[in-house]
Amino acid sequence: MTVHRIMGIETEYGVSVPGHPHVNAMLTSSQVVTAYAASVVRGSRARWDYDEEHPLRDARGFDMTRAEADPTQLTDEDMGLANLILTNGGRLYVDHAHPEYSSPEVSNPRDGVLWDKAGERIMARAAELVRLLPNAQPVNLYKNNTDNKGASYGTHENYLMSRQTPFAEVVKHLTPFFVTRQVVTGSGRVGLGQDGRKHGFQLSQRADFFEVEVGLETTLKRPIINTRDEPHADPERYRRLHVIVGDANLAEVSTYLKLGTTALVLAMLEDGFLVDLDLVMDDPVREMHQVSHDPTLAHLVTLRSGRRMTAVQVQLEFLDLARKHVEDRLGSDVDPQTADVLARWESGLTRLESDPMSLASELDWVAKLQVLEGYRRRDGVDWDDARLHLVDLQYSDVRPDKGLAQRMQARGSLVRITTDAEVEAAVAGAPHDTRAWFRGECMRRYAEHVAAASWDSVIFDVPGRDALQRVPTLEPTRGTRASVGALLDRSPDAASLLAALNT
Amino acid sequence: MPTRDTGEHQHRTREGDADQVEETVAASSDLAERKEALDADIDAILEDIDEALETNAEEFVRGFVQKGGQ
Repeated sequence: MTVHRIMGIETEYGVSVPGHPHVNAMLTSSQVVTAYAASVVRGSRARWDYDEEHPLRDARGFDMTRAEADPTQLTDEDMGLANLILTNGGRLYVDHAHPEYSSPEVSNPRDGVLWDKAGERIMARAAELVRLLPNAQPVNLYKNNTDNKGASYGTHENYLMSRQTPFAEVVKHLTPFFVTRQVVTGSGRVGLGQDGRKHGFQLSQRADFFEVEVGLETTLKRPIINTRDEPHADPERYRRLHVIVGDANLAEVSTYLKLGTTALVLAMLEDGFLVDLDLVMDDPVREMHQVSHDPTLAHLVTLRSGRRMTAVQVQLEFLDLARKHVEDRLGSDVDPQTADVLARWESGLTRLESDPMSLASELDWVAKLQVLEGYRRRDGVDWDDARLHLVDLQYSDVRPDKGLAQRMQARGSLVRITTDAEVEAAVAGAPHDTRAWFRGECMRRYAEHVAAASWDSVIFDVPGRDALQRVPTLEPTRGTRASVGALLDRSPDAASLLAALNT
Repeated sequence: MPTRDTGEHQHRTREGDADQVEETVAASSDLAERKEALDADIDAILEDIDEALETNAEEFVRGFVQKGGQ
């Protein structure tokens, strides 16, 4: 019962060429990835290995047929789009019409923040490199989730969890948790409705784009609980929970609590600690929209049992159980990060009840709202004002001098829990304690002989061998520096590594 | 006896009221000061943001058009 588990975040970034709104987004995204790839890799053309990808496998126990699927769901078809396997174990590529950064697998929420921040820095550098290309138009990248004209693109969290936990239990408890966690995890948005046409402020970038309770889709009819069942690990032991309701966060505390509190709820689910909890809602999709639309946090959600409570109160129920469970299982042996997540979660929820604006230096939606309210007060403008929409958009600009969240972080108005040096190290290097370390180090040391890689394999093409050599990495907790570091240190090249692995 | 009790009670209440009023006055002037300090902080943030904001907000926002993703 801790916040520690295998997890990661994948983010599609908004991409635009100022002055050219109808530019081909797929080509622009490719340009971003290719420019970055050219700057970091010598001689590597490693492709992504799709052999073990099953985007149509449903956690409820069946497969969708390819004919039934929307073309955007066929993410295992290599479109020849730009792709880069990073030395930090993550992946930079083009997904649909956006550049996407998938963080490497990490083992805890704080590392999740670090490698998510590394992604922001990689995107900023990529855009800068495009700007340096002769004859290229400058490209802007945004870590947000909507253009406020009806389009949304995702920030997905992934959590490895036990296959033993019945999926119906996952749906039952995670639904009310996801409907209400926006009070902590929302990034804030100017505009209501999918096209943002109605004036006002809401907690979440993503909430309005959710239309159903459970489903396999991610690009249409988006479900609160996504059932994609593609563990990238031993399917007998694990499932990978694919969470698509999250906002792209800039505030480090928001990301940290998003990962930490979700990990705690998953731990309680796995331990069967939530069997007596009943927070099932009558209409979770509608409640998700309404919670997001009320930044006073007064909206009362209606439970099937007839109870009515605020989103913060629902979160407090999860917090109380998490506290009890940690106390029962660990007592004073609780690890520091689990204790820290619990303390910050409690402090955050308590202040959201009494004085939400006191969280303006910690949580994205509050930080953004404080700035927007500042403009409304100082300049007498209202929610229809273009400048407020610009603040919303530019909050997520990846450039350090243009990104408003970054400017607020630089002047200390938005607190950080990582340092620049740690983030810089996470741009280049992989987490030490997951299989991402093996993947990242293979790219760093043997890139020219890596033909392809995926989450659960690295495939080598070495001189003297006719066939490609596939090294499976099916167990996410192996391939760590502790387990294979010495082996890699003894292997000056890919051929000697393979020889050592085969003995 | 009941009269005196009531008197004492009223007296205590009045004293309590006075304290409460003073506390409220102190608290609201604290609050006003805090709000002023906060507004000054926020104004400093706004000035910093003013410098960074793209020119021609309306056109810039209108030009940000995305294709849907996941």
